[in-house]
Amino acid sequence: MGMQSTGRPTSPVSVITPAGSTVSGSKGLLQREDLIFEVGSWDKTGVDLPAPKGTKNRLGGVTRKAETSLPGLSEPEAVRHYVRLSQKNYAIDLGLFPLGACTMKHNPRLNEKAARIPGFADVHPMQPQGTVQGALELIDELATWLKTLTGMPAVAMSPKAGAHGELCGMLAIRQALIARGEGETRKRVLVPASAHGTNPATAIQCGFVVDEIAADARGRVDMVDLKSKLETTDDIAGIMLTNPNTCGLFETDIKEIADLIHAAGGYFYCDGANFNAIVGRVRPGDLGVDAMHINLHKTFSTPHGGGGPGSGPTVLSDALAPYAPVPYVVKDEDGFHLVEAAEGEASEAFGRMVAFHGQMGMFVRALTYMLSHGADGLKQVAEDAVLNANYVQARMKDVMTPAFDGYCMHEALFSDAFTAEGIETIDIAKALIDEGYHPMTMYFPLVVHGAMLIEPTETESKQELDRFCDALADVARRAAAGDEAMKGAPYLAPKKRLDETRAARKPILKWTPPVPEAIAAE
Amino acid sequence: MRYLPLTPEDRMAMLNTIGAASVDDFYEDVPQSARLDGQIRDLPDHQGELAVERHMARLAGKNRTASDGPFFVGAGAYKHHVPASVDMIIQRSEFLTTYTPYQPEIAQGTLQTLFEFQTQVAAMTAMDVANASMYDGSTACAEAAVMACRVTRRKKVVLSGGLHPHYAAATRLLCEAQGIEVIELAPAIDGELELANHVDDTTACVIGQSPNVFGTVTDLSSVAAAAHEKKALLVSVFTEAVSLGLVTPPGEMGADIAVGEGQSIGNSLNFGGPYVGLFACTQKLVRQMPGRLCGETVDADGERGFVLTLSTREQHIRRDKATSNICTNSGLCALAFTAHMTLLGGTGFKQLAELKHEAACDLADALEAVPGVEILTPRFFNEFAFETPVDAEAVLAMLDERGVLGGVRVSRMLPDGGMGNVILAAATECTTQDDIAAYAAALKEVI
Repeated sequence: MGMQSTGRPTSPVSVITPAGSTVSGSKGLLQREDLIFEVGSWDKTGVDLPAPKGTKNRLGGVTRKAETSLPGLSEPEAVRHYVRLSQKNYAIDLGLFPLGACTMKHNPRLNEKAARIPGFADVHPMQPQGTVQGALELIDELATWLKTLTGMPAVAMSPKAGAHGELCGMLAIRQALIARGEGETRKRVLVPASAHGTNPATAIQCGFVVDEIAADARGRVDMVDLKSKLETTDDIAGIMLTNPNTCGLFETDIKEIADLIHAAGGYFYCDGANFNAIVGRVRPGDLGVDAMHINLHKTFSTPHGGGGPGSGPTVLSDALAPYAPVPYVVKDEDGFHLVEAAEGEASEAFGRMVAFHGQMGMFVRALTYMLSHGADGLKQVAEDAVLNANYVQARMKDVMTPAFDGYCMHEALFSDAFTAEGIETIDIAKALIDEGYHPMTMYFPLVVHGAMLIEPTETESKQELDRFCDALADVARRAAAGDEAMKGAPYLAPKKRLDETRAARKPILKWTPPVPEAIAAE
Repeated sequence: MRYLPLTPEDRMAMLNTIGAASVDDFYEDVPQSARLDGQIRDLPDHQGELAVERHMARLAGKNRTASDGPFFVGAGAYKHHVPASVDMIIQRSEFLTTYTPYQPEIAQGTLQTLFEFQTQVAAMTAMDVANASMYDGSTACAEAAVMACRVTRRKKVVLSGGLHPHYAAATRLLCEAQGIEVIELAPAIDGELELANHVDDTTACVIGQSPNVFGTVTDLSSVAAAAHEKKALLVSVFTEAVSLGLVTPPGEMGADIAVGEGQSIGNSLNFGGPYVGLFACTQKLVRQMPGRLCGETVDADGERGFVLTLSTREQHIRRDKATSNICTNSGLCALAFTAHMTLLGGTGFKQLAELKHEAACDLADALEAVPGVEILTPRFFNEFAFETPVDAEAVLAMLDERGVLGGVRVSRMLPDGGMGNVILAAATECTTQDDIAAYAAALKEVI
């Protein structure tokens, strides 16, 4: 018998009818994946534990009545479940993630490796301090980097995220006012209209009232409005200002703003979310800042992880440093130790924000990143981030509408003025998904109509930026031409546009077993 | 620089396109006096992977790990075994390097895992609904207190004498900043039920903990009844999520809000963070909840999908009227939690809880047999307080010299609590019979 000589076809043939829905619900590489409650077995487990001896019980009868009825999966099933789900996510590792205000830069894997060294990952926060000298030294070393880069004398390390750092800074301001005997009288905090939503929310959480200041035609704080808000000063607690601001612009009058606030007896809280634009080039301490949180998950590359964990160390000026929360690390002749109680040497501390000492796992990653870049590399980070944003702005300015004239910092802001009637920002965002990109930040900041805020970060190559700009330009042209098809985008994502109104109207927040048909019919 | 793709030629070409002479042009808005001359001083220049790795390894080498010897430290964070697949799952690029799922069409992976997480947490706590996680247990507790004040429109909260002192401190801080009165009952090893005597018509909530910081497990049902009689809420706290597999969960005690620390499922000790705060409540309170919520909906084709929902509670929409300033959850830690729970299932979860409890019972038996030791915790799950005739700090230091990390002295958290001789000792499924024998032998030597 002779060998088969024809073999399999090696060239595609053109097919007239494309494959529509599939029997399996999967689409090629994109596997359908149900909820664990629909696929897991209720008595299965993917962990081999020794059998309990079944003899002891010192619970005194305080025992659970109903079983925790949850399904389990074997390891292969579990791994497949999560890998399949993962493939329905966009990620930085997949492509450019131009989400303005979020600084979606590459997350170096050395950071991950370092954080998993047992000497960091397998260390308990309440071990005797003599057994954790390396951990305390790391916190101290990271603190030194943060203080040096910001030109600030002190830093509170325990805040768990950016908004938590805002809380830290505003609580320090509150405590300083109380120490001055003005805690009850100085309650007004000025917040620009362009601010992140966390700023006013934080001020309220600290018992302040918010007084909004307008933006001017250049996208900066309206100095006339600011001065009018400072006509009475004896109730001023401070200002919360993002710099570079949420329009991606440096506040040109920042020193005058700081001076005005200080002259009014208030403090200057700077939202440090956009520190990536200026790290290594400008020190907030030279701008009159009293407190600023630093998002380690933005500027210092710790992963966003689908929404956290973050980390928000907060630098403080001399005026606020005495009120820094416990715990903090101090160094003396015996080595490092933790000041854990708000008494004695920490008697002025405003209190404790969290259990334990902060986001150590993020500290390890951030320090690893800082050491990798060094002072020279971090300066280059800021410069490349700003260069990339200006490049996008320059390439897009003829097809989209830049919100303001002039150069931007690390993010480029556009309004929806260029779109045709009926097409809006969300349609551009969803059409970008079909082009293989995560959308930019949309409808923020609020001071620009239909805002589109693009932050490419420094970890994008010119080729990648060009590819992105080509795609965005095409989407923008379609928007300007009023391409109705955009209203249905995305077409190529794992899901079509989702009904958020329906989700909110009658919230379904957990899986519940289907009602058996017999009962449902009654 | 290995993380920066632009070449000098790219930079020149891009400046040309922009029409700028140099990057200095972009910084023209910076006041002259704040422009740095050259680079930041007093910090080293960039280094290669090898050099950085050596630096970090040197620091890590100065720490003793929880696996280096017999280890009994707890007080709100617990040494556990985490299945290898959990860490592999959370290191998937698509989970690790993605953002908050604000664009649901390309974030169904994150969203579905959050929906599963919420379902698991609701089941474990026996509550109606859970959110997509908080920073940690202590901040979840603080948020629960201010939520209770929003719900009841009252401004007084009462904390039990067994609430973890760090949780109490974080709660007091946030409440006092908002003008909420905080009453802290005196530290008590077995005093959770005392809360029932401190509810009046102005109380927003009482906050009790089981197992409490001293390890005592308590059925808070009578506290719930007393609170509800005055239209106040019960916030039920736990710091060891595995206890929910065996101990009466908040929902079975009539709690309105349940908060706790989820670190011990799926997450490493990490010297205190990042951890994952759990937050659950009754259905009727859901719109006053802080933090992110994931909900089910359909897409344009009518297919099931998931989105972040009820965001009109949140700061990015509501600004100064938001329920909280929180803008992140503890995403990746929540993923580790849900992946570990998916491996365990209800069966494995209960078994894990039993193993922990048995290890703690064995530990208590062994320490009780040491002359001079008195176990103070009447009913416990995995952790208990015991008293020795000697100062606890000295005892722990001497145990440390003998290679045993024997626990946490209560005076470290409660300097004025009058419990200078009291130690908290915790056991987990990682605790071996040899560890327990070593502890008992060392303790016998030092007291």
